Amino acid sequence: MTAVWVIVGYGFREAVRRKMFAVVIVLTVAFLFLFWLANHYVFKDLSTITPPRDVNVDTRTFAGAFLVGLSMFATLFLGVVLAVFLTLGAVTGDAERGLLQPLVARPIGRSTLLVARFLGAGAVCTAYVLTVYFAGLLITGLTGHWWPDQVAWPGVELAGGVLVVIALSLLGSVVLSSTANGIAIFMLFGAGLVAGLLGSIGHALNSHTIEHASAVASWALPFEALYQDGLRMITEHASGLTGFLLQLGPFGGAYVHGWGIRLWAVVYVLIVGTIALVSFARKNL
Amino acid sequence: MPDALAVRGLAKRYGSVQALKGVDLEVGEGELVGLLGPNGAGKSTLVKIAVGLVRPTAGEATVAGARAGSRAARAELGYLAEMFRFPGWYTADEVLELHQRLSGSRGGAAERKRLLELVALADATDRRVDGMSKGMQQRLGVAQSLVGEPRLLMLDEPTSALDPVGRRTVRLLLEELRGRGVSVLLNSHLLSEVELVCDRVAILLGGQLVAVGSPHDLSRPRGVELETDEGIHRVEGATREDAPRLVAEAVAAGRQVYGVSVLTSTLEDVYLEAVGGETS
Ligand SMILES: Nc1ncnc2c1ncn2[C@@H]1O[C@H](COP(=O)(O)OP(=O)(O)OP(=O)(O)O)[C@@H](O)[C@H]1O
Ligand SMILES: [Mg+2]
Repeated sequence: MTAVWVIVGYGFREAVRRKMFAVVIVLTVAFLFLFWLANHYVFKDLSTITPPRDVNVDTRTFAGAFLVGLSMFATLFLGVVLAVFLTLGAVTGDAERGLLQPLVARPIGRSTLLVARFLGAGAVCTAYVLTVYFAGLLITGLTGHWWPDQVAWPGVELAGGVLVVIALSLLGSVVLSSTANGIAIFMLFGAGLVAGLLGSIGHALNSHTIEHASAVASWALPFEALYQDGLRMITEHASGLTGFLLQLGPFGGAYVHGWGIRLWAVVYVLIVGTIALVSFARKNL
Repeated sequence: MPDALAVRGLAKRYGSVQALKGVDLEVGEGELVGLLGPNGAGKSTLVKIAVGLVRPTAGEATVAGARAGSRAARAELGYLAEMFRFPGWYTADEVLELHQRLSGSRGGAAERKRLLELVALADATDRRVDGMSKGMQQRLGVAQSLVGEPRLLMLDEPTSALDPVGRRTVRLLLEELRGRGVSVLLNSHLLSEVELVCDRVAILLGGQLVAVGSPHDLSRPRGVELETDEGIHRVEGATREDAPRLVAEAVAAGRQVYGVSVLTSTLEDVYLEAVGGETS
């Protein structure tokens, strides 16, 4: 157990020294400021907009959900960037630089090392994602007086999505060099987002084939499904035309949702983690 | 008591490269064994298998009776890799502290201070690794390998970046360790160094052991050389015991004898003969 803490501290210190946190904090503050500006102008104009009488759309819900959806996307993206940089060279990258061998020669065990890297990165990213998510909610809530239907769960699901990415990135770090792993993870992330958007399009066009393809992608890359499920929950109770229009937007969706996908995400992390541990145990360093 | 390191029929294949082809070797308690051989002979591969960094294709290796790579085996050894790096933002003292915690050493600040003194880094305790020269980092690596008082030390070219004084420091350190009963497997290309400190020498060539023995046993007599008024004359096959007789015979034959020397092969001769002048 102490060995886990030693390695967590080791990884944490690396992140601090490589100025990762400094970069992330600066960019996050910049994002939150821009997001506040967007909220400010959107809700200022909102009071002057009245929809045509025969179109029954709740403009405040529409704008609020759209903005929170945007901030959730940014939170996921920033969280994934942080996760990837914390883990992309954890095994092969560090072994190539000769940093790993002195640690692995000690009696701590390779699995302890990898699990500790997961816990360390997971703790940092979870704290980060929840902070940014709730900051986004507060900004929209205080400037626009709109709060999502579900407050806590979408944040938890975003954090869960980032944990899935950490597991994938650690597995990648066992089999790929740092650069290749970074490219692979961002491509998977992009593929997941495209699949999600495809699902929205399929929904709008009422194409079952496209919806099916998107659902398959959601199960294969559950970070995307969790994010979509979080989006769904912010307007869980929106109905009628407002709900329909939100479903069509880029931040609508969730054709795979609920406890099934949440449980699957946990199982998925365990499977990916096991493959990573087994391949690491067999790797020549 | 089991050997500190025992290797039986050890083979390792990397893709199409057969790095080790069935090696048998042991390092006894308190023994200092030098592993020699040309580049690519498989020395580092053997050490990495013993440390558990690389899995053997065939054969077995045990450290103090425990399977190499197991936690019990790793708890007994200290390792200095051929190519290693410590995080640049750690100070010398922090590197040792990290390894104390990973190895469960209870030596505390006193052990760290003593180890840094041993490798002549006492002035650099708070110096960060990225501000150290290559040789200083290597000395820190040697200190790191000694954290937790290991029973078996595996040093893969520990002096490759050291200046002559640094090499001497490490040599004296090895002698002191032997005095304390620590077993050492030393990979090195510096034959004179190995000859000076090692109890036994093993020479690897193309993944196979081609010679094993003490430096003294490996070096054979190469004759006696007489310097007389007729020039230098070498008597092949003669030994030290033959020298007085050879001198007497030369004097009786009316020669003026200016010098006599008994020739034995150096480790370098033994090495060059064993590897046949090969470098890979
Ligand atoms: N990770 C690896 N992948 C493929 N081949 C390898 C790997 N490591 C070593 N080899 C090959 O195995 C052989 C033995 O290498 P090793 O590093 O053990 O030699 P060495 O005796 O330590 O050489 P040197 O004196 O140069 O350090 C070489 O042919 C090398 O190319
Ligand atoms: Mg080598």
